[in-house]
Amino acid sequence: MELTQVTEETLLKEFQAKIDADAKIEPNDWMPEDYRTHLIRQISQHAHSEVIGMQPEGNWITRAPSLRSKKILLAKIQDEGGHGLYLYSAAETLGVSRDQFIQWLHEGKAKYSSIFNYPTLNWADIGAIGWLVDGAAITNQVSLQRTSYGPYSRAMVRICKEESFHQRQGYEIMWKMMEGTKEQRAMAQDAMNRWWWPALMMFGPKDGDSPRSGTAMKYKIKRETNDQLREKFIQKTIPQAHLIGLTVPDSEIKLLEDGTYSHGEIDWNEFWTVVNGDGPCNKQRLAHHVKYHEEGAWVRECAQAFEDYLTK
Amino acid sequence: MSNQDTQGQLWEVFIQSKAGQSYKHAGAVHGYDKEMALNNARDTYTRRGEGTGLWVVPSAEIVAVTVEEDASFFEPATDKIYRHPTFYNLPEGVKNM
Repeated sequence: MELTQVTEETLLKEFQAKIDADAKIEPNDWMPEDYRTHLIRQISQHAHSEVIGMQPEGNWITRAPSLRSKKILLAKIQDEGGHGLYLYSAAETLGVSRDQFIQWLHEGKAKYSSIFNYPTLNWADIGAIGWLVDGAAITNQVSLQRTSYGPYSRAMVRICKEESFHQRQGYEIMWKMMEGTKEQRAMAQDAMNRWWWPALMMFGPKDGDSPRSGTAMKYKIKRETNDQLREKFIQKTIPQAHLIGLTVPDSEIKLLEDGTYSHGEIDWNEFWTVVNGDGPCNKQRLAHHVKYHEEGAWVRECAQAFEDYLTK
Repeated sequence: MSNQDTQGQLWEVFIQSKAGQSYKHAGAVHGYDKEMALNNARDTYTRRGEGTGLWVVPSAEIVAVTVEEDASFFEPATDKIYRHPTFYNLPEGVKNM
């Protein structure tokens, strides 16, 4: 018994040394339980977000204003599905099955990004999502390319390559609308007003209120804190808004002498309300996923029967 | 990997990015048979012309060195530096060898 404890301690020391030396951890390597648990939660939450995120955008495929924009939107949504799959396959290397991940999502034990609990009310929302929501996601994902877990890091590299198209197509939509009629400009500004704060909330709670960020930073699962990443996003996005004539819905924004912007604070009550399940579309998003997963059960059963027949 | 779920078995995906190059591991997909695994791998990993070739291999068929034996497994290679060209001294004036 004592011998096991010593071994565990040594293993942990070796593990932390690897992390400190910026080495990547691979699926079959020894890892402490809290490292594995944190990864399982974070990667699956990330995967679920990609997949649930297809819903608000899918809402506009049939109403895209041109064939060009419809093709682009379809390609973007297909990418999101692909990103979900990269991430599920990275998460599965930790010894949890795909079915289990989906079950946890359906039972409400696993979360996805709260941003997808907001509705997409008009076409400008598709622009705002690509530009702001994907923009915030990229800021986080660029940092996660350096995460200590090998399969997660490789999935992030792949995703980042594809994401910048998402952000650009969104910004292009907003820019075009801002160059358009008075009504179109009003639509773009309205989308900006509704998506700015939720986009900032995507980075998660304030550093002091983020219960697990200690573990995540110690093990280099995350490389930058929520607040650091949020600040990066704010600083690069404000000038992009101003360039096309959009107003950022934060009265406290001021350009400082050093070229950076000061800004206001997130409404944390709204943040926790949506995280805890009372956002505008929480029930609808999950119900949709459950419905199609259940309706697809017979397809999986048939395919399984076919596989069994082939391998017999 | 176990195949406990209802999503088809797991396949490892390897992509050849250009003709003539080695195949490189890209990730994994689920699929119920070879054809579906190949189609899923194409749709998931090569949406932007990332590959001229694609392999899928059942994950369960991959044989890997275990972590515990990693160091000793590769040990025979470490003390044979004469296998590297830089081990050898050459007379001055030799070019392009």
